[in-house]
Amino acid sequence: MLKKRIIPCLDVDNGRVVKGVNFVDLVDAGDPVEQAKIYNAEGADELCFLDITASSDNRKTLLDVVQKTAENCFIPLTVGGGVRTLEDIAKLLHSGADKVSINTAAVQNRDLVREASNKYGASTIVVAVDAKKVKEQQWQVFTHGGRNATDIDVLDYCKEVEELGAGEILLTSMDRDGTKSGFDNDLLKVITSNLTIPVIASGGVGNLEHMYEGVAIGGASALLAASIFHFGEYRIEDVKRYLADNDIPVRI
Amino acid sequence: MKLVIINYGSGNLHSVNKSFEAANQNLQEPYDIQITNDPEVVKNADKIVLPGVGAFADCKKSIFDITGMYESIEESVISKKIPFMGICVGMQLLAETAEEYGNHKGFGWIPGSVVKIAETKDYKIPHMGWNEVDFLDNPLFSGLSQKTNFYFVHSYYFQATNPQDIVATTNYPNEITAAVNRENIFGTQFHPEKSHDSGQVIITNFLKWNYK
Repeated sequence: MLKKRIIPCLDVDNGRVVKGVNFVDLVDAGDPVEQAKIYNAEGADELCFLDITASSDNRKTLLDVVQKTAENCFIPLTVGGGVRTLEDIAKLLHSGADKVSINTAAVQNRDLVREASNKYGASTIVVAVDAKKVKEQQWQVFTHGGRNATDIDVLDYCKEVEELGAGEILLTSMDRDGTKSGFDNDLLKVITSNLTIPVIASGGVGNLEHMYEGVAIGGASALLAASIFHFGEYRIEDVKRYLADNDIPVRI
Repeated sequence: MKLVIINYGSGNLHSVNKSFEAANQNLQEPYDIQITNDPEVVKNADKIVLPGVGAFADCKKSIFDITGMYESIEESVISKKIPFMGICVGMQLLAETAEEYGNHKGFGWIPGSVVKIAETKDYKIPHMGWNEVDFLDNPLFSGLSQKTNFYFVHSYYFQATNPQDIVATTNYPNEITAAVNRENIFGTQFHPEKSHDSGQVIITNFLKWNYK
């Protein structure tokens, strides 16, 4: 049976992890490569780097991090943040990323999704969607790290990028992000039940039950989390054991 | 001894190279691993790896766009019988035909066709993630337990005509070919280069494989 994936996400700024794990045995807690190695060893199903570096001059630093991670971690690595062109995607893939996530650029230029999917394969292209609730059962797409509103409906947009060749959707609830009050399972359910491609749930997870709900209620194929892992509240194996005990298929 | 990974622009080339390099380091007699788009280099290889992500027709076209590349691969694999490993689309290309965005011809080395995974309620397509694999007794699976999880990403699969060519399967929800092996030709639908320690076992087995 296909397993639900647990994906730790690292925010990287100028080649350094912004919110790090406080593992005692870690020489350098700010080194994304070291953190990735730990998650890899602990049974993460995939890894995700989100580059939040403001200046594009520092892209080389990210590529270096991706390369070193790819040399040490043999699980799928998704990299996103500031991806605007086919060349950006090519550089990340050449450094060893397996999937590239596109957010704002996909909203501004849908052709990028189609061209990238044609060129590198649908399985390589993740479209990241930042969603904010506007009324009951309706959500709006935001861009630029959640700063700019659009008038685009999240469900319409997800269907459109699926059609254009996105391999999966990384769906972040802006309302829940950072709240630790659980995923927006209404949002997840609407999107997962209307799409054929897998959806990764993101934003709001604070405990193990939230993880379970993202799959059992939201219908997510994969669960992305940052802070609950980084601050050492839960280890990846805690999440997997809890899900397994509740009859959710996971890789242990 | 030289192992070549064929570079025809496949997106996961670098992932494949890094995982082979890592497994290679643990061998007593490591291979000289080379990424190449040169048919002459392929002709002189002792082992060949063909990666592949994306659409079947695009991958095939990219290989045939390199003058002499297919001929070199064929000479090495079919005439000289050197060990060959295809990964994902690199394995699907071994089929006779594929029905993905039209009908296409494959290399035709292993009888069968590449067909779409049947759409079933509650089963997302692409089949993406870790799934259990059942395999036959085969040197390429040496050291692995049955039902080991491997990482898959695909919407089409290889329906091989001869059951004896299928050496591993998975279920989604119906049975899907996970690996094929005929003589010196081996191919996996899953990505050993992304399947953590279990994937490294298969890569090591391929590096050690003495097909006679």
